[in-house]
Formats: sequence, C-alpha cells, structure tokens
Amino acid sequence: MATEKGINITLKVWRQKNGQAKGALETYELKDVSPDNSFLEMMDILNDQIIMKDGSPVAFDHDCREGICGSCSMYINGEPHGPGRLVTTCQLHMREFKDGETIYVEPFRAKAFPIIKDLIVDRSALDRIQHAGGYISVNTSGNTQDANAIPIEKENADKAFDAATCIGCGACVAACKNASASLFMSAKISQYALLPQGQVEAKNRVLAMVKQAEEEGFGPCSNTGACEVECPKGISLENIARMNREYLSASLLTK
Amino acid sequence: MKLDSKVPEGPLKDKWTNYKNNINLVNPANKRNIDVIVVGTGLAGGSASATLAELGYNVKAFCYQDSPRRAHSIAAQGGINAAKNYQGDGDSTYRLFYDTIKGGDYRSREANVYRLAEVSANIIDQCVAQGVPFARDYGGLLDNRSFGGVLVSRTFYAKGQTGQQLLLGAYSAMNRQIAKGKIEMFNRHEMLDVVVVDGKARGIIARNLVTGEIERHSAHAVVIATGGYGNVFFLSTNAMGSNVTASWKVHKRGALFANPCYTQIHPTCVPVHGTQQSKLTLMSESLRNDGRIWVPRKLEDAKAVREGKLKAKDIKEEDRDYYLERRYPSFGNLVPRDVASRAAKERCDEGYGVVNNDTNEGVFLDFASAIQRYGKQQAHLKGIHNPSADEIESLGKKVVESKYGNLFDMYKQITAENPYETAMKIYPAVHYTMGGVWVDYNLMTTVPGLYAIGEANFSDHGANRLGASALMQGLADGYFVLPYTIGDYLSADIRTGKISTDLPEFAEAEASVKSQIDTLINNKGIHSVDYFHKQLGLIMWNKVGMSRTTEGLKQAIEEIKALREAFWKEVKVPGTADELNQELEKAGRVADFLELGELFARDALEREESCGGHFREEHRTEDGEAKRDDVNFAFVSAWEYTGQPSEAILHKEELIFENVELKTRSYK
Ligand SMILES: Cc1cc2nc3c(=O)[nH]c(=O)nc-3n(C[C@H](O)[C@H](O)[C@H](O)COP(=O)(O)OP(=O)(O)OC[C@H]3O[C@@H](n4cnc5c(N)ncnc54)[C@H](O)[C@@H]3O)c2cc1C
Repeated sequence: MATEKGINITLKVWRQKNGQAKGALETYELKDVSPDNSFLEMMDILNDQIIMKDGSPVAFDHDCREGICGSCSMYINGEPHGPGRLVTTCQLHMREFKDGETIYVEPFRAKAFPIIKDLIVDRSALDRIQHAGGYISVNTSGNTQDANAIPIEKENADKAFDAATCIGCGACVAACKNASASLFMSAKISQYALLPQGQVEAKNRVLAMVKQAEEEGFGPCSNTGACEVECPKGISLENIARMNREYLSASLLTK
Repeated sequence: MKLDSKVPEGPLKDKWTNYKNNINLVNPANKRNIDVIVVGTGLAGGSASATLAELGYNVKAFCYQDSPRRAHSIAAQGGINAAKNYQGDGDSTYRLFYDTIKGGDYRSREANVYRLAEVSANIIDQCVAQGVPFARDYGGLLDNRSFGGVLVSRTFYAKGQTGQQLLLGAYSAMNRQIAKGKIEMFNRHEMLDVVVVDGKARGIIARNLVTGEIERHSAHAVVIATGGYGNVFFLSTNAMGSNVTASWKVHKRGALFANPCYTQIHPTCVPVHGTQQSKLTLMSESLRNDGRIWVPRKLEDAKAVREGKLKAKDIKEEDRDYYLERRYPSFGNLVPRDVASRAAKERCDEGYGVVNNDTNEGVFLDFASAIQRYGKQQAHLKGIHNPSADEIESLGKKVVESKYGNLFDMYKQITAENPYETAMKIYPAVHYTMGGVWVDYNLMTTVPGLYAIGEANFSDHGANRLGASALMQGLADGYFVLPYTIGDYLSADIRTGKISTDLPEFAEAEASVKSQIDTLINNKGIHSVDYFHKQLGLIMWNKVGMSRTTEGLKQAIEEIKALREAFWKEVKVPGTADELNQELEKAGRVADFLELGELFARDALEREESCGGHFREEHRTEDGEAKRDDVNFAFVSAWEYTGQPSEAILHKEELIFENVELKTRSYK
C-alpha cells in the first residue's frame, strides 16, 4: 500500500463501434496514474475523462475484478492479460508499467471470438463446447449416494481440482497462433477423466467436445505451449496430453 | 396486508418431510406445458434452472454476463457448510440449525433455517456426484475446515475457490439441459421489470445488452435469483455489476422488501488504498482458522507502522494486542463476522490502526504462528529430528500455501507485499446482504407466482450470516427447495396455456422501462454515473455502515433524497439506447440503489436495537456489545412500496421461537 508517485502513460486502444464496423487504434494520454491502481481502475479513469469530453467510453468486459469470473479479456502489449504470469487483466496493477510507457490494448482475437464492441468479444463458442459434453449426467434428486462412499485418491482429486480451476476467459485461444481451444477443453475433460464419477461418459464427452470446437472454428493444437504460458490459472499442458489420450482411445473404440 | 409465512404445522423436524408429502405435484406431461423464468445464474439461479429443467419445465434463464458461469457466486472462496458430521465432532442437523439461528442473532425464521440444515448434507452428495472436486485428505475422504461462530468443523471446501467449483457444478448441470433444449439461455440480458397480470407474475421485460433491444418474455412463474445489493455502498467485495435492480423493480410492483438494513461487513478484506479504487477484495474467513488478528498495544508503535518505520515482525509478543483472543477467549479469532468487524473498528477508532490511508483503518492478520506450528508438525511427520528454524519455516509455509495459496497470491498482487513474510493488513468491508425480497416458506414473494431465492431473498440468515452459509442456502434453495414448492403453485396452471406477451400489462411495463432509459440517455447532465454512486457509497458507509445513530440515519435519508434528485438532473449518460452501452447499464442500477439506500436507512432507523450486523450506538451494553431487544423487535421488517422509498409501509412478521431459547449471543 505504498503510495508512490504517479506515472504518465500513452494508451493505444482498439476502438470498434460494433461487429460490422471497421476498428482502429486510438491514442490517449493519461497523467499521474497511481501505481497502486489496477489496470481496470486506470481504464475507469480513462473512461471518466472520455465521458467528460463528450466522447464514447471504451467498452470492456469485467465483473468480479479479483481474477476469478473470467470476464476480463484484454490483449495488452501483445499478450492476453498483459505482462506478468498467473494474473488476469483485472489483477494487473499499474506498478508493472513504467513512467512514459506506451501501452497497447486490444481485444482477444480469434475467428471464433467475433468482436462485439471495442475490447468486448463474443466468447459464447466456449459455452457451446461445454454444452456438447462438459457435464456428468446426474439429476438432482436428494438420493445420490453419500459423498464419502467413493474415496478418491488425493493426488487425483488435487489434479482434478487444478484442471477445474480454468476460468474460461479464452486467453489460451488468444495466445495460440491457431486459435485453438485445446487447453480450455482439456481442462474440463481432464477434471472428469480423473474422477470416477466422470468415467462413464468419458468417451462420448471427449468426442463431442472436440467436434464442437472444430465446428466453432477453433484451430488445431500444434503444441507450442503458448497457451500454458499465458493461462492466468496455470492450467498445465499435461491436460492436453491427457485429452489426446482420451481422444485416441475413444476414437479407436468407436471405430 | 397480512403476512402469512405459510410455515407448516407439526414438529420442527417433521415439517419439511410432511409438507413435501402433501403438496400438489404437476405430472411430467403437464410440466412440458409450463414455462418458468429464472433471472440469475449464480448458485441459486443456476441450480434452480438445472433442476427445474430436469423435472421437465421449460426454463428461460437470464444473466447479465456473457456466460452463466460468471455469476458472482464464482468468487466465493472459503467453503460451504453441511451437517455431515464426517469429523465426528458432534455435528448434527440440529446443531447446524441452532448455530445458524444464534449466529443470525435470533432474527430468522426457525422452520426455514431447520430445513436449510436438513438438506445441507444432500448438497454435498449432489455436488460430488456432479464431479465437484472438493478437498480430500490422504485417505481419499472429504476434508473439512472451521468457520466463524461455531465449534465444529463442517465446512467443505475446494482450496480458496469453493464458489467457483460449486458454480461450475451448477453450470455443468445447466449445460446438460441447454444441450437438451430444456433451458433457453439468455446471456448479456438484464431484467428491468417484472410483469404482473391479474395479480400474478407472468413475465419480465429485459434489455438485450448487445443490441439494446427491449424484449418481452412470458412464463407461468418468475424466479428472482439476482444476488445481493452490497454495491449500494459503492465499494464492496461484490462484482462490479452486482445490483439491486431486479429485487427493487419487483418491490415496486408489490413484493415486500425485508430487513434491508441487515448488511454483513466482513472483517477480513484488503483495506482501501485510494479514492480511485473500484472495489474491495475479500480475504476469506477461512484464513481465521490459522491467522491471528492483532494491533500494536502501544499507540506509538501503531503510528510507527503507519509511517513505515516499524514492521509487524519487529513488534515484540508482549507489545501485541490479539484483541479478539483477549475479548472473546472461547471463540478467539473465530468469532462471527459482525463481532470481529466491530472489534476492528473499535481498535482503529482508538488509534491503533496500522494502515496508512485516509482513515488509518487496518489491522494485522498474521500467519507467523501457524507457519511455526505446521512446520513443526511436518518435521515430526517426516521424521526430521531437531529441524532448523529455516526448515520449520519452509515446511510450514508449504502447508499454508496448500491451504490458502490463491488467497496469498491475490493479496500479493493487490498490495505488492508478500504475506508469507509479513503479516497481512486487513479491514472490514461490505460483503453480503442478509436483507432482501420477503418470501414465505415456499420462497414465494407477496406477489403470487413470483419467487426469490439465494442472496436476493431475506430468508435464512437473520441479522447476520455465518460464514459458508450463503453457498449452502443458494444451493439448498435452487436444488432442493424451490423445485418442490413451485410445483404446488404451478399445479393450478396446467390448463392456462402459453402466456401472451401482447397483454396490456406487458406493453405498460415495456413503456415504463423505455421511458426510464430515454430520460437517462437524453439527460444533458454534467457528472458521470460513478460520481453519484461514489457519493451514495460514502453516505452509506459513514452513516449507515458499521455503527449507526438516530442522528446519522436521519441525515442519511435526507442526503440520499437530495443526491437522487441531483442524479436525475445532472447525470450524464453517453451514447444511445440501441447499442451496447455500459454507462446506461450502470445508470439504471445506480438509479435503483439511490432508492434502496433511502429505505435501507429508514429500516435501520426504525430498528431501535442492535442485532447482528445492525449496530445502533444507542443500544449497546456496558462493555460495548450489541444489545438486542427481543420484547419489541423480534420481527421481520417487511416494507411495502408506496411511491417514496422511505415512506414505505412497515409490515411485521413476528418471529416465533418454539425450539430455541432466545439468549444474549455470547462468544466470550
Ligand atoms: C468475495 C466473496 C466471497 C464469498 N465467499 C463465500 C464463502 O466462502 N461461503 C459462502 O457461503 N458464501 C460466500 N460468499 C457469499 C456468496 O458467494 C453469495 O451470497 C452467493 O454466491 C450468492 O449467490 P446467488 O446465486 O444468490 O447470486 P449471484 O451469484 O450473485 O448471482 C446473481 C445472478 O443474477 C444475475 N443478475 C443480477 N441482476 C440481474 C438482472 N437485473 N437481470 C439479469 N440477470 C441479473 C447475474 O448475472 C448473476 O447470474 C462470498 C461472497 C463474496 C462476494
């Protein structure tokens, strides 16, 4: 909570009125920004200035502002969620930037993520992949067996948890030169593959989710690992390997 | 209007079972002809949507985010309670019921709370079946931790991301139904009014946030699951978009609003750093399992810490005041939230605060002793004899990391300080609202066919919610309560057929929504929406916050009224109505907060006692504890809208306690 001196920055922000319009980078200057402000608080200050000058504020997705809802999605200085590892845009703070720096702010770009306005993209394709198989078919009944009836090895439980912490932000897609959704998909597939409850539907799940991803226009995985580097939750590439194994055995079995 | 809570007859422990056995059901074929709107996809709305669709109803679900998975439940950290008694420490349905009633300072309805405790165990079973990866021990069984205000370990958790895992569970159940076409999902849609036809809720008016289009949606019943209204304080731990609009709009259409002044100020949040701050971040209560809260014993030490001349770890043990352990020896750091928050305020008001902000507000939350304790334990387990201090420290840090790693990371990102090395600094912040839309035992509001579930209703937490109980309530309402009780109501609707959206009531509601939007857009104002929201927040925090006085509350009512007038004259909303317009969205929400705030203060003024999160300085004991008045205030305040928020009519639902004895809550 140290109060340091404010910094001056130049922002180059992607502005695009809607999905059909042409977009371009616009330049803004901000003075005396506190290093203790979060990146989005800096964007709030920018918007306040724009509004006071009768302009149109920059539209961006955000909600929880603590790195868990997965709404925020900015491509900052050439990286999804900007510099720093294991942080979302909303957790990024201005202390990561230097006085006088020029900061580029663009939307997450991918064929499957059409731009809605400015920095807001449509990520509903990720939801549709989940509709295809991201669940275990169990009704709510009040008669499911006792939660402790099946012990689960701690190691698997922990790994399933690690995979399950994906926030569905789409940074992996934005980071990938093929705009592949493999890391995203593999997180869900791994979570269930590691748990006994998930195994019954494992084959159909992996086939259906992969198929949906292709239909949405996400590209193939070419194992560069850029997704893992940019993932704010540290979802591991191991999950992609597990998904590939699951996929292979499922395809062999259904042939 | 006479309030009927519809609590069933019979002994407490049989009420729910008997009731379920006797209510009307809708047969599966008829369910296909019935539509239900669920607004909100958090734990409450998500679980309700999925379950209603599984039962066969046609569900239309709405959320303002781009995906149901982003509802604010995702941010819940610490855990969810359930009376499983896996730890064999004497837990039971009754004990969970009792703790919740007592924790709520005897201001909640016995029958609802008992039902909540009763279904709690099912929640854990259901979530595990869905694949929710709760924390487990080495034997592969589920692990538990303790939360404030109780003496057993009944909290299930998934590291510091319990809400995320539970919500993704509900989201996955929704996805299965979306795939089947049983749930139609409306993302990026905001409900702006409810439509009441012949006295029954029959639909909503929603704005498509991408196109700006105003849409009419009809159904046989409407469920509000839109979360809490803590953002009336501007700064809170809620998400930026959390709002009261749905609850407030239904209030204006006839639903009573209960106990608006019951707000939970959470003791452990990252302190405010400056005036441009947009939100506050919670550090989960689970940290109080291992963290010890203290301030320096000497004023000069506190000052030196604030000035950056002295560090926490350089203050000697005897110069530290572990004030919670001192004042409340039996619960220590695990007293309920309201008690812990007031105690922090008391120390800071006396000048012992350790944070260098405008108000010097902040206390230490220290893990040094936990790191030592765990380090020694690990060394022992690993058979390391005579471990060095460094070894102990490093082993201890590993354990702390495994329990709270993500919270520590979050803290570090915000403050640039490393909590493994130096004590955290924390301060209370607005977190949760116990008040909300009044509902009966069926979770139905005073408008027939209109239901409210989750944080949006007032039902289970009285004047103070215990930690890890909101997730429990959201899922209890959505998975196990509403899907039954709504059937009883809908059984009368099997021959109604589709509700037309051409009815005049839809036209009227749509016109009223459009007119508000037009006014906002065409106002040639001079201040941004946030300008007003921040001012409202300051009034609320200073006069309707952690401690309240007659004088302050009266001022608050007048100030909020004046601010609301200024808002309508001077607010500036850029852009147009028929595009994605986030300032317009915010303006609508702040307009409603400006009305709610006034009722909130009125409610606080009317309640001449201190109970739970509501603390009136005039009503306290000699040692500064809250003084309840059971003779005159053992009731739920349910407010009826009449036109001016603070001129609402008060209806009282008397609270009858047949199974617990009302006592002064003591955690000493
Ligand atoms: C940081 C934090 C940590 C917490 N930790 C815990 C914990 O460890 N344990 C615990 O028990 N509780 C915890 N709580 C409390 C708990 O998370 C919430 O009370 C609970 O999740 C609320 O769930 P809900 O379903 O009622 O509402 P929410 O999850 O808030 O969902 C609201 C939904 O309504 C939608 N919505 C709102 N308004 C509209 C509108 N007008 N139109 C359309 N849609 C709308 C939103 O899009 C969203 O889908 C925590 C709360 C916070 C803030």
